[in-house]
Amino acid sequence: MSYGFRGRALRSAAAMAIVSALSTPVLADELFYVSGAVGNAVENFAMLVKPWEEATGHKVTLVPMPASTTDQFGQYRLWLAAGATDIDLYQTDVIWAPQLADHFVDLTEAAKDLAPTHFPSIIQSQTVNGKLVALPLFTDAPALYYRKDLLEKYGVAVPKTWSELAAGAKVIQDGERAAGKGDFHGFVWQGNAYEGLTCDALEWVKSHGGGQIVEPDGTISINNPNAVAALEEAKSWVGTISPQGVLAYQEEEARGVWQTGNAAFMRNWPYAYTLGNGNDSAVKDLFGVTTLPVGKEGDTSAATLGGWNVAVSKYSAHQEAAVSLAMYLAGPEAQKARALAESNLPTIVALYDDAEIGAAQPIIPQWKDVFLNAVPRPSAPTLGKYNEVSSKFWSAVHQTLSGNGTAAENLEMLEADLTELKGDAW
Amino acid sequence: MTVAKPAIGQESSLSLQQQRQRAAFWFLAPMLLALFCVAAWPLLRTIWFSLTDTSLNNLYAGKWIGFDNYLKIRTLDSGKVIYRGTLVDPAWWNAVWNTVKFSFTSVLCETVLGLIVALVLNAEFKGRGFVRAAILIPWAIPTIVSAKMWAWMLNDQYGIINDIGMKLGLLEQKIAWTANTDTAMYAVLMVDIWKTTPFMALLCLAGLQMVPRDIYEAAKIDGIHPVKVFFKITLPLIRPALMVAVIFRMLDALRVFDLIYVLTPNSAATKTMSVISRENLIDFDKFAYGSAQSTLLFAILAVFVSLYIWLGKVDLSGESGK
Repeated sequence: MSYGFRGRALRSAAAMAIVSALSTPVLADELFYVSGAVGNAVENFAMLVKPWEEATGHKVTLVPMPASTTDQFGQYRLWLAAGATDIDLYQTDVIWAPQLADHFVDLTEAAKDLAPTHFPSIIQSQTVNGKLVALPLFTDAPALYYRKDLLEKYGVAVPKTWSELAAGAKVIQDGERAAGKGDFHGFVWQGNAYEGLTCDALEWVKSHGGGQIVEPDGTISINNPNAVAALEEAKSWVGTISPQGVLAYQEEEARGVWQTGNAAFMRNWPYAYTLGNGNDSAVKDLFGVTTLPVGKEGDTSAATLGGWNVAVSKYSAHQEAAVSLAMYLAGPEAQKARALAESNLPTIVALYDDAEIGAAQPIIPQWKDVFLNAVPRPSAPTLGKYNEVSSKFWSAVHQTLSGNGTAAENLEMLEADLTELKGDAW
Repeated sequence: MTVAKPAIGQESSLSLQQQRQRAAFWFLAPMLLALFCVAAWPLLRTIWFSLTDTSLNNLYAGKWIGFDNYLKIRTLDSGKVIYRGTLVDPAWWNAVWNTVKFSFTSVLCETVLGLIVALVLNAEFKGRGFVRAAILIPWAIPTIVSAKMWAWMLNDQYGIINDIGMKLGLLEQKIAWTANTDTAMYAVLMVDIWKTTPFMALLCLAGLQMVPRDIYEAAKIDGIHPVKVFFKITLPLIRPALMVAVIFRMLDALRVFDLIYVLTPNSAATKTMSVISRENLIDFDKFAYGSAQSTLLFAILAVFVSLYIWLGKVDLSGESGK
């Protein structure tokens, strides 16, 4: 870090000297953009910002971070708490806005024309006390990936409920293993004890009619029979249709098993679609996507609302250029490029009807259905305590899945813990 | 340390001893200043934070709340008394227990294995220099790299450990070493022992090389059994070196963070004191609470080291009295 600081200080000192010497008013800024890196995000970023760099003459460098959103958050919070001037723009998770709002520039004024073109719910999620903290880059809602060829081979229908999924996965797994593929698994998902498990488990609970942990009005709703049933059902997958190791999987591990052709079903985010159809993929053109299953007939499917946004640091020395970049990245041109290159879902409503996107990524218009069922994590009602709520939730779920206590016991304890954490108010 | 003033000589001039002390002070001053800046000041700040309600969003807005982060006794309207704070937090005590379990097991195994390796390396054989260098490799690899490497080797699907185990018929099915709460601690222990045994071996070897050869020759002439030689001669003679090595490792083990954070970041089965205090400091926006846990960690380490040194000395004097 110290090199970065010094190098930068020297450069800007040199730049200042040049400015005063030549007294040229326009100067190219060098911006630093920090973001977690999954899949091929790093390669694509350079391509994405090129038009902006050419138009403005500024330069932007990507600072890649670990893929785990929990790890990123820890680092960003440290940088921001220290008022670090190294980073100008942060790529932020949809759940972070209430926790980091104080450190970011208010974009309301700059985006007053752009913001209304986005999904209002997403703009709403990034607005804290009337301050627009971050602009949406893309939204994320997971779906069920299934192997078309295998479903056909074993005569399994695309599952509508979780029990149909489990039954189908069992049939395919047994068949494939009997055929000599000992490493084949029915269903892979994210079971590691981290934010991702909160997303997965929220979907199980919500699609069983078990609420969303903490309701929008702040009530703690997690301890109910439907939620218990949902977790018990998920527990029955571990070691049967899902490998025991799923309890340590994050997105990339699940994708690893899936993309080598060793799973019949996978729960994952849209980024896995393009990668799964890449030339090095064993499942290229062999799979389809659908909405996640429901608990029983009549329940509605639930997909946890994810998505990433761009925020401008209050401590940046180049705020003007940074805001311009944020506006560009959240604008239609960049969102379209992202959709084409990485199957990222746009947040600008009009892009869902774009013919070019529809042709190159047929999945995106399909995903509109998934997105309509999206359920937010309870970051809005729980404010600054969200991380702890989420951690307590994923721990309770992980305990249940690992067989330490039943779902009923763990959820009862969770309710007690959350009530205590809540105190008088969130 | 007081030195009698010389009877003769001018009043204003300093004695040689005083001059030396003054010079020594100036030589030590830069180091003391550096130590104060990098060790004492952060420590005092942490202790201060633990007595306030500081949050990471604004480090300077904390208000003094006394010992509430450690233990807070509240009487409810109904007359029921409730206790809050780190000292009654089951998650904290779980972390303390994990740390203790981890430290004792890992240091014990490392000491025994390290001693065995050192004894082997102390013997004369061809290519000894090469083996000595080679055995240090695990210790030379940065922890973050070796932890990540082991995470892949222990992976249930692509991991080589499961592959070998299955092919040799040792495992019935692939085991998710780091995910399974029963095996997570073993996995972490195994990696730590693999990594730090070379360090112990090196320190033991240094101790072994100090033992004069003629004692062994005398024992050999007297026809003493090699096992007896080890327990009656080698072990007592390398004991001081061993004690130092053990305390180094113990201090390292009690504050273990990186290995566990990479291998099993959120598993309650392996969460140690350092991991849980970082979680509160950074992730949970409970900066003061995390500071209280860091302070307790420091206190536990300080008590342990004092006890160890004190008990170690008692033992030593008992032996010298024989």
